[in-house]
Amino acid sequence: MEDIKELISKLHPLERRIIPVLRGTNIFSELVRKSELKEVEVMRTLQWLQAKNVLKISEDVKEVIVLGENGRLALEKGLPEKAFLESIKSKAKHLDEIEKTAGLTKQEISACLGLLKAKAAIHINSERIVSISDHGKNLLEKESLEEHLLKHIAKVEVSIPELKAEEKFAFENLKKRKDIIRTVLKKEWTVILTDIGKKLVASNISSEKVAEKLTSGMLKTGAWKNKEFRGYDIQAKVPRLGFGKKHFVNEAINYIKKIWLEMGFKEMKGGIVQTAFWDLDALFVPQDHPAREMQDTFFLSKPGKGRIIDKELFNRVKATHENGWTTGSKGWQYKFSDEKASDNLLRTHTTVLSARTIATLKKTDLPAKFFSVGKVFRNETLDWKHLFELHQVEGIVVDPEANMTHLKGYLREFYKKMGYEKVRIRPSHFPYTEPSAEVIGFHPIKKEWVELGGSGIFRPEVVKPLLGIEVPVLAWGLGLERVITAYYQITDLRDCYKNDLEQLRNMKKWMR
Amino acid sequence: MPTITVSKKGLLKQIGKHMSDEELKEKIIFLGISFEGLKEDEVTVEINPNRPDLLSEQGLGRALASFVGTKKGLRKYIVKNSGAKVVIDKSVEKIRPCTACAIVKNLKFDDEKIREIIQIQEKLHVSFGRNRKRVAIGIYPLEHIKLPIYYKALKPDEIKFQPLESTRVMSGGQIISQHPTGKEYGYLLEGFDKYPVFIDANNEILSMPPIINSHKTGKVSEKTTEVFIECSGFDLIIMEQCLNILVTTMADMGGKIYSMDLNYPDKKRITPNLEPAKMKVDLKYVNKILGIELNEANLKLCLEKMGFEYEAKTKKVMVPAYRTDILHMIDFAEDIGIAYGYDNIPEIIPRVATTGEEDELEVFSDRIREILIGHGFIEVKNYCLASKDDQSKHCNQNHELVEIKNSQAEERNVMRSWIIPTLLRTLSENKHREYPQNIFEIGAVFKNDRDTKTETGVKEEISLALVMSSEEIDFTRIKQVLDNLLKALNLNASVEETIHTSFIKGRVGKIITDKKEIAVIGEITPEVLSNFGLIMPVVAFEINMTQVFNLLKNKNEN
Repeated sequence: MEDIKELISKLHPLERRIIPVLRGTNIFSELVRKSELKEVEVMRTLQWLQAKNVLKISEDVKEVIVLGENGRLALEKGLPEKAFLESIKSKAKHLDEIEKTAGLTKQEISACLGLLKAKAAIHINSERIVSISDHGKNLLEKESLEEHLLKHIAKVEVSIPELKAEEKFAFENLKKRKDIIRTVLKKEWTVILTDIGKKLVASNISSEKVAEKLTSGMLKTGAWKNKEFRGYDIQAKVPRLGFGKKHFVNEAINYIKKIWLEMGFKEMKGGIVQTAFWDLDALFVPQDHPAREMQDTFFLSKPGKGRIIDKELFNRVKATHENGWTTGSKGWQYKFSDEKASDNLLRTHTTVLSARTIATLKKTDLPAKFFSVGKVFRNETLDWKHLFELHQVEGIVVDPEANMTHLKGYLREFYKKMGYEKVRIRPSHFPYTEPSAEVIGFHPIKKEWVELGGSGIFRPEVVKPLLGIEVPVLAWGLGLERVITAYYQITDLRDCYKNDLEQLRNMKKWMR
Repeated sequence: MPTITVSKKGLLKQIGKHMSDEELKEKIIFLGISFEGLKEDEVTVEINPNRPDLLSEQGLGRALASFVGTKKGLRKYIVKNSGAKVVIDKSVEKIRPCTACAIVKNLKFDDEKIREIIQIQEKLHVSFGRNRKRVAIGIYPLEHIKLPIYYKALKPDEIKFQPLESTRVMSGGQIISQHPTGKEYGYLLEGFDKYPVFIDANNEILSMPPIINSHKTGKVSEKTTEVFIECSGFDLIIMEQCLNILVTTMADMGGKIYSMDLNYPDKKRITPNLEPAKMKVDLKYVNKILGIELNEANLKLCLEKMGFEYEAKTKKVMVPAYRTDILHMIDFAEDIGIAYGYDNIPEIIPRVATTGEEDELEVFSDRIREILIGHGFIEVKNYCLASKDDQSKHCNQNHELVEIKNSQAEERNVMRSWIIPTLLRTLSENKHREYPQNIFEIGAVFKNDRDTKTETGVKEEISLALVMSSEEIDFTRIKQVLDNLLKALNLNASVEETIHTSFIKGRVGKIITDKKEIAVIGEITPEVLSNFGLIMPVVAFEINMTQVFNLLKNKNEN
């Protein structure tokens, strides 16, 4: 009995409405009718009860008789044979006339003739004049079996096995006629109570004392004192709640920015559209370098050209390219093109921000440390490991005392916070750094060495024209997306920016 | 960057030492060369553009032999003078003015060696030669050539020879228009009324650079033991560097190098010149950059490991003639660092006190994000590169945009000037997802700005756009969000009716503060929605964040 009490205390209001009805019927359609609930509500409630082992739902398929198109018409206007007899009730008529007065089609007339002759309800002579017989008059007076059946099935659902003998006869007759009735297969459910169910149905489940919701009214009046609160199924799944969220790449960016800020770096910001002068020439990239080819860089057509604002700086960079200027370098020993320098492009690296920053520094500002996280652009075909628009993390240390040991130190510290315990550098090449080094880290999940980014010390040919003096500038840059995708379990880089709301809603938070 | 594949056996022979695959791989990587793979006898590596001297089995082997210590220091190459002349005519001056030439004898070619020579030539063409624009290389069997050789320019129809990979004699013009190589590189001679050619003393055309050699006189075969090599282009220094790389590679194959006398109209020159260049190195400078403490003996050892010679007396480094990448003393510092081993350089975090500082506009943007996320909005992040149609036509707009010259796709042929179209595109890609869809984005927008004195003529600003889409959405809902935002920012703003063809007439307003228009807000027109394939109402606003930021900053300062 304790079980039953427990069960009763947790009943849902819908269950409380269905259970008393179960005393009277075990057929689904009846339950719907008597409970005055919607079909889905009844079905859902029965499923809950089934889950609680109160009952079992069994499903039957039965053939049900429903009205056809002509059946519906007949119900409104009467069956054609009735109209036929009606039109000759007081006077024998020619067939053509009957057709008009009874409002029947030719087919209906001929069907009625056959039917009424067989029942000896009419006489027809050689001039096609039809008169009604006594039996016919009788028929007209009373409701036919067919009419009775039609009315019946219009009211309730009738399945074939439920038909009485005379109904069966009418059913067979009607079935022969055109679309008066149809049969359809229909599912019906019946409910079988279990032992628990039987006890439950016999119990008093009166809900007067059980409250569904605690309301402010109850609190005001103190009515809650007499109530018991229905226990919920707290394990039931609940619908998802929508909520606001930062983009997951921005979460990672914020973390990375924090690392540099904590290490005393200032953030650099600047334009995405740059002249080739700043993006490439100022970084001592030779003007015929393969990376400057059209296919690697997005150039602008509108506006295609920019302007050179600092002429003196421009001339220093130009001289450095042509003959090394006063940097002690041989330079590239070619004729520098002012035309190429003024091409507008989308920055290919945030190193352009480093160049611009160095150009604003004075000797008294040193030592100085800067970082940026910004978009860069590569004119590549989009595929799973290439983006044409991506983020670069960039850092520089402008310090007269800086050297390679510091470069290794800063990188170790940064990558440790990114989850890479083991970091090495190996020789590499970039046009604007010397020495140049590639950073590799031992991937904690993939268990292999992976490339993490480029680094080095800016060449004197880069620093001196910008700063006026030769000072070592440690520099590094890495592609952001590549280092965060493992955390987010993304294998296709394009998934970083597909902006699928389902993906964004479900993405886990950055928790480093 | 070019990738080359060389024979492991050949490479180890050059190195002069047996090495395991693992050891070889490690040495290649820590010499600064990108290792791409090792399969049976084939080693594949990627060569950085600053080291064209490594583009062959011989060059790679030479550098590795020094690095592992089997053949340290400067390689000596003997150059004898052949006495043969190359006469350069004034007619090439405006077309392709420079050449550097040499003869190499005592060669033994087989199929394999010929393939190697072709690979070196091709890789040099692509990288150092910038696809033959800067340098084009020709290699000819000397046995078919009568010296001296002439380099001059002729009218296209005066040029007649059977080019390589062709069965018939063609004119200069026909080669450009019909021969596959001519079609590929013909643009390099576009606009000239004469084409350059090398001709021998028999008046036989050897080649038409930078396009193709003659089949008769310009095809190396297994019988060839002596070759004539020329490099042509625009800069004599570059030509000589390229020639030096080629002849030293052939000398490492067993060849003997002979120089030639070049008679330019205005000067005489003997090439190749393999005298090492001498450049000063300062031990203190190197130590300072690397953060290590080498003594002079260590310095010498390190330099020798990288194929240089150090002269203690003069403190100078002798640089091999094939090293084209040494421009400055800093380049020695890197090579010394590589020889010392990057792994052996210690790691130090210096105690340099500097103050970290985040960009103010970034901080501001992040605060705005917080407010919107608090309202239940999801932040999206799209590309700044956008589709011109989405930005203008699909939004019933027709304004000037910042356009890309060489985009590969129509979805990214302009820089976005506003973000709402980008968000409409995002909504249209999420039609199958749960509604309501309330999203925002903060990012850069770009406008043509020729009148002001900006450097690029492009004005970049940070913009915030927000869209809400669901069956129940209307102007009231989005205005509530905007009100809350303006209130949080302590901004007094008024909404004024305006005409904006992306929004429903009478349901669009501009937001004015301090007499400046800072935002637009409204319900998107059904026409625009259907242009984006959307079947759910959308309300939107877009605020110029840079402007708001500056307004607030001024207000706080006053």
